[in-house]
Amino acid sequence: MSVALLATVGGLTSVGLYLITARSLSRVILGFSLLGHAGVLALLTAGGPAGAAPIAGVNNEDIANALPQALALTAIVISFGLTLFLLALAGRQHQLSGDDLVEDDLEDQRIARSDTTRADADR
Amino acid sequence: MNVLIAITILAPLLAAAAGLAASSSKVRDATTVAGLGAAAAAAVALLVGVADNGTHVARVGSWDPELGIVLVADLFATLVLPVALTIIFVVEIFAIGQRRTAWGANPELAGPLLGVLTAGVSLAMLTGDLFTLFVAFELILVSSYVLITHQGRRSQIRAGMTYVVMNLLSSTLFIFGIAFVYAATGTVNMALLAERVPELSDGVRLGIGAWFLIVFGTKAAIFPLFSWLPDSYPTAPTTITAVFAGLLTKIGIYAMIRFHTLLGMDELGSIMLIIAGATMIIGGLGALAQSDVKRILSFHIISQIGYMLMGLGLFSAAGVTGAILFLVHQMPIKTVLFLVGGLVENDQGTSNLDRSGGLARRRPIIAAFFAISALSLAGLPPFSGFVAKFAVISAGIDAAATPVVAIALLASALTLFSMTKIWLGVFWGSPPEVEVADRVAPGNRATMLAATGIAVAGTLTISLFAGTLFDLSERAADDLRSSTTYISQVAP
Repeated sequence: MSVALLATVGGLTSVGLYLITARSLSRVILGFSLLGHAGVLALLTAGGPAGAAPIAGVNNEDIANALPQALALTAIVISFGLTLFLLALAGRQHQLSGDDLVEDDLEDQRIARSDTTRADADR
Repeated sequence: MNVLIAITILAPLLAAAAGLAASSSKVRDATTVAGLGAAAAAAVALLVGVADNGTHVARVGSWDPELGIVLVADLFATLVLPVALTIIFVVEIFAIGQRRTAWGANPELAGPLLGVLTAGVSLAMLTGDLFTLFVAFELILVSSYVLITHQGRRSQIRAGMTYVVMNLLSSTLFIFGIAFVYAATGTVNMALLAERVPELSDGVRLGIGAWFLIVFGTKAAIFPLFSWLPDSYPTAPTTITAVFAGLLTKIGIYAMIRFHTLLGMDELGSIMLIIAGATMIIGGLGALAQSDVKRILSFHIISQIGYMLMGLGLFSAAGVTGAILFLVHQMPIKTVLFLVGGLVENDQGTSNLDRSGGLARRRPIIAAFFAISALSLAGLPPFSGFVAKFAVISAGIDAAATPVVAIALLASALTLFSMTKIWLGVFWGSPPEVEVADRVAPGNRATMLAATGIAVAGTLTISLFAGTLFDLSERAADDLRSSTTYISQVAP
């Protein structure tokens, strides 16, 4: 297992996780792209050492493990589609509110409102 | 049998494709109903076949289990699958009766999306390997992302973002989990995993178990990973929420029951019980603070997940049996409650408690449907909830897990309390000031009532045949707990 690959996985994961905690949806999307890459790299790393291309009919003793590559391909396609969907969501949010920030949920809004009323009452 | 397995997955997918190509809404509805109906019928036939002849394994493309996809129709899968597919079928009928009025833009997408979701549900339950489970989850989630956000209202985009981001994160963790499992064992096939995982060192084994507890727990909305649910579910159209409430979180629990029992993660039992207790209480208390029917019911989804996790966390034969029985009972009940919420909304134009009232006199049938399913949710005899809750709680008493049993009973009381709150707010009292009785409710009320009625009858059937169901659940739990039978059938 290559240390360089593992370090890359770790680096991508930490940057990705940092980005998805952001409030702006465009950063979240970038974060998920990086996390997706990290996941795919982790799958490939799990497949063992690198080898020759696993092509049927080519008789080679040390070919690479083909199964993680197949899994990685599927994961790439799925994360590609979801990135597009997130972009569409961010676009819609931009249309509605002029920014792409994630809004507070209803409970947070309610608590924020009740706090201001209490502050008003104190005054 | 192979054909039946294929129908449950392919019929809804083909119906979705045909529905997208169809030109008129009549043709589209007809193909969707046909596809979903065929899948549900095939699932029932599968259950009958598997109960008599035992597990059936379909090897796609006759590949070796180490490399290829295997679909395993064991008793657990075929017990849950017919219930799930029938629910989707009933909801589709309800949606047609509602003429998809609650849909706003693009109502023609609803049927096909539901078809894709159904195919994902069938695949998730029948699959015998971890990666196909991931793909099935993605099928379900992607169609649910679109269903929850496609109207593009501001509240939906806000809630949809939380929903999409949380689920996307758990899907990414799933990919990492698959990589860990593959690195440790060299396979993603469940049977081979059941063989190889117990040989791993304790740290690696329990690490994998805990990782997947988080992955499936996010989908199942267990404590403390539940916060996305009560905010996002109520914003979708009611029919869609009914499907989500009945199925999505339950598939997370389904995957957890299969993964953690088959791989023998008994040591995680105590942490599961703690999480289960917290989930029950938080869900129950959260529901009390709400004043909208759909939001109250959304918190109850969370609280009820706790009971299933409690059954699983006991890891005893009785506990897992109880969890399976609870799963089978909970899916139709939750759907019925949301369908009733839809009927209420359709009738008064709101599901807010403060702005409704007096529905019991005007619409006695809706009131009866709600009463039956609410009492069943709270676990009062003779309804199906009683049987399921009794199974889980008596398993807890057998295992001397007193604290979690006490919490389970307390959460039951909380459930009953907030159901009373809905009853008082919506069905009793005087009608709201604003006169809504003259408003012509859109859609075909008879069809909607009939669909809800079928679902209510289904939950009553569960309590009538509780004995048979209990036996089947017990056999399913035994199969899951003794991994040797699963291994010998799937990867001989």
